[in-house]
Amino acid sequence: MSKILEKEFFSENVAKIDLYAPEIAKSRKPGHFVIIKIGDKGERVPLTIASSDNEKGTITLVVQKVGVTSAKLLKLEVGDEVTDVVGPLGKATHIEKVGTVLCAGGGVGVAPLMPIVEGFKKAGNRVITVLAARTKELVILEEQMRRYSDEVIIMTDDGTYGRQGLVTQGMEEVIKREKVDMSVIIGPAIMMKFGALTTKKYNIKTYVSLNTIMVDGTGMCGACRVSVGGKTRFVCVDGPEFDAHQVDFEQMMMRMGAYKDQEYAAYQKYLGTLETVA
Amino acid sequence: MENIIDYLKAERSQEWRNEIRKSMKTKERTSKVRASMPEADPDVRNKSNVEVNTGLDKDIAILEAQRCIDCPTPTCIDGCPVGIYIPKFIKKIEVGDFLAAASVLKETNGLPAVCGRVCPQEKQCEASCFYTLKLNKPPVAIGYLERFAADYERNSGKATVPEVAGSSKVKVAVVGSGPAGLAASGDLAKLGYDVTVFEALHEIGGVLKYGIPEFRLPNDIVDFEIENLRKMGVKFRNNFLVGKTASFEDLKADGFEAFFVGSGAGLPRFMNIPGENYNGIFSSNEYLTRVNLMNAAKPEFDTPVISGKNVAVIGGGNTAMDSVRTAKRLGAKRAMIIYRRSEEEMPARIEEVKHAKEEGIEFMNLHNPLEYYADETGRVKSAKIQKMKLGEPDASGRRRPIPIEGSEFVIDVDTVVVSVGVSPNPIVPASLPKLEITDWGTIVVDKDTMQSSTMPEIFAGGDIVRGGATVILAMGDGRKAAAGMHKYIQEKTKAN
Ligand SMILES: Cc1cc2nc3c(=O)[nH]c(=O)nc-3n(C[C@H](O)[C@H](O)[C@H](O)COP(=O)(O)OP(=O)(O)OC[C@H]3O[C@@H](n4cnc5c(N)ncnc54)[C@H](O)[C@@H]3O)c2cc1C
Ligand code: FES
Repeated sequence: MSKILEKEFFSENVAKIDLYAPEIAKSRKPGHFVIIKIGDKGERVPLTIASSDNEKGTITLVVQKVGVTSAKLLKLEVGDEVTDVVGPLGKATHIEKVGTVLCAGGGVGVAPLMPIVEGFKKAGNRVITVLAARTKELVILEEQMRRYSDEVIIMTDDGTYGRQGLVTQGMEEVIKREKVDMSVIIGPAIMMKFGALTTKKYNIKTYVSLNTIMVDGTGMCGACRVSVGGKTRFVCVDGPEFDAHQVDFEQMMMRMGAYKDQEYAAYQKYLGTLETVA
Repeated sequence: MENIIDYLKAERSQEWRNEIRKSMKTKERTSKVRASMPEADPDVRNKSNVEVNTGLDKDIAILEAQRCIDCPTPTCIDGCPVGIYIPKFIKKIEVGDFLAAASVLKETNGLPAVCGRVCPQEKQCEASCFYTLKLNKPPVAIGYLERFAADYERNSGKATVPEVAGSSKVKVAVVGSGPAGLAASGDLAKLGYDVTVFEALHEIGGVLKYGIPEFRLPNDIVDFEIENLRKMGVKFRNNFLVGKTASFEDLKADGFEAFFVGSGAGLPRFMNIPGENYNGIFSSNEYLTRVNLMNAAKPEFDTPVISGKNVAVIGGGNTAMDSVRTAKRLGAKRAMIIYRRSEEEMPARIEEVKHAKEEGIEFMNLHNPLEYYADETGRVKSAKIQKMKLGEPDASGRRRPIPIEGSEFVIDVDTVVVSVGVSPNPIVPASLPKLEITDWGTIVVDKDTMQSSTMPEIFAGGDIVRGGATVILAMGDGRKAAAGMHKYIQEKTKAN
């Protein structure tokens, strides 16, 4: 059981939640994630740890409403408990001084990117961050990113904020302008795929953080498997970060759609129960 | 060993044992027919989760207990990895003192209701029963009787909690709550230690909970045993991954003086054939976890599972049988085993294979998948299968399967469960660079004390030491390790 100590909405469907989990707060490093489960009948879902506060004993999760569990989590209030929280899981990001690091985040991928941006900055790198969103309201964590980035470029699909265009355009602009030594891209699968193609063109070492379907998160089931460099790897223990140019994104996107129908039906049912309660 | 033999002799010559032995002629005992286990109707049970074996009733249990001739040298005990005092508990059943029979079981086995259900007795105690060895008759149904006594005690409401030696302040940690960890924690609690069991999942029980299905081992039974351990003072921390949530160093700093690692063989293997990552293809661990641990087949639970119409399960072990029988229960029209050797080589228990057949499972033995094909959404739709034949025995002693060239054909499948074995869970070894492990990733320990060869405060047992093994071997390891840890801590305290 982990109590929610703070909750703040960034937009209608995205909120930051601080959970009391002192052991995890103490052990976690950038790149780690937790698995949560809400209620006895809940499913287990992975969420990246965006930041932590060792003194308060809290970890911060940034949650976007995409299905039953995220919707349930966003409905919980300060003082409520999340039934199960386990972590930190996965391998931590390998942070070192490499020179200039280009970080790109899209959608809720911005949340897991935050500790990585912070880590690379603190390790003495020049960090340029590209944040992408559909529209102005969906741009999150801008202020925090600015704190640890030498430059933040914002791209929106509809041009309501920053510049109009895709994340890859923002990235390419930087790559053409200056020498980039490494890149980290986190976001929806399709965005990571095209981001990876962009950096590949310029031969820049690139990492992505994968958000596959998971069950246990300890390497026990293989639900999270992806093909990397032609080999099957388990995202929860071998990842979540992999060499972007080796990941089979097509297969990953196909696998992420495995339960689309069931998930949609479950979500509709869940929304239905809310209506009957209201 | 000497003192055990003496103990057995002394027990056997007790007045009540002499009397009961003399109460019936050996001839009469050996002329009785072995009890058969009552079972739920195959056509009913393959559509529900009811337990398949329903257990012996009192009268039948007593009749079966009468078959045991109470041998002077009970060879059956040699076949039992934890050395249960088999004739003694059986004779307690014969005299009708079922609670006493259960106590005898619990002297050496903390989970008799579990073992009575899932142990491969046909390869252990019953294989070395006098009836099997000398009379060429079906052995005494030791497993059924074990289950009977344990169930009787549980249902009587008079189950006793083992005595705990005055509580000590010495803290010990158990990593993993499978049978190895549970057995170790029970013994450590009896010795008076302050025991905490750390478990990565949200449920306690390891494979007993997430792997073995309800129809073979109801969760209540496992929970009852866990509750007993709680009463003995054992603390359980779920959602705690040792090596991740906290390191061994952190726990040492917290005062834990010794560790038992029973982290299991949780890493599923795949065959690495084309198409194996299509949707609808699972490891047996994932398939069983979704259904058993996450209750995915029940609509009120959030976790989804794909319930296919044509389900192929690849493999011939217990895990494969559990998966294929689960698929049938989830509504599969065709639920089939695809196994590359013949039924004779199958590692699954004979009883499971028999039950599977009764439930309408198809067996494609001497077949092996080569490739999977999917529809446009990425969901598996068919498999290319090759026929096999048996050649010379390989390193495992089983005859090697050889592909028959040109025998390939394609079958329709919409769900595939890959059940071709597991590897040791790498999380603990990865977090302890000094720990000696084998090339297969198992932890190297002394076989008597179960102490790590390189880290004296670490003990290990069960599947993390043996690779995939059995519940009873895991429990035996846990018990040996508890004794080893006790000795280690005593010596350490003396030295200081
Ligand atoms: C489907 C199936 C059916 C089987 N049927 C039979 C049968 O009929 N008869 C039989 O005898 N055997 C059977 N077996 C084998 C038997 O279940 C295993 O040999 C036995 O469970 C091994 O016990 P264990 O305690 O070593 O590990 P496990 O039962 O695997 O338990 C290990 C536990 O440790 C936890 N863990 C791992 N790492 C950590 C960590 N770092 N920190 C905290 N916790 C951790 C895991 O989550 C898990 O709960 C079956 C196995 C399966 C999968
Ligand atoms: S989530 Fe089960 S192995 Fe990765």
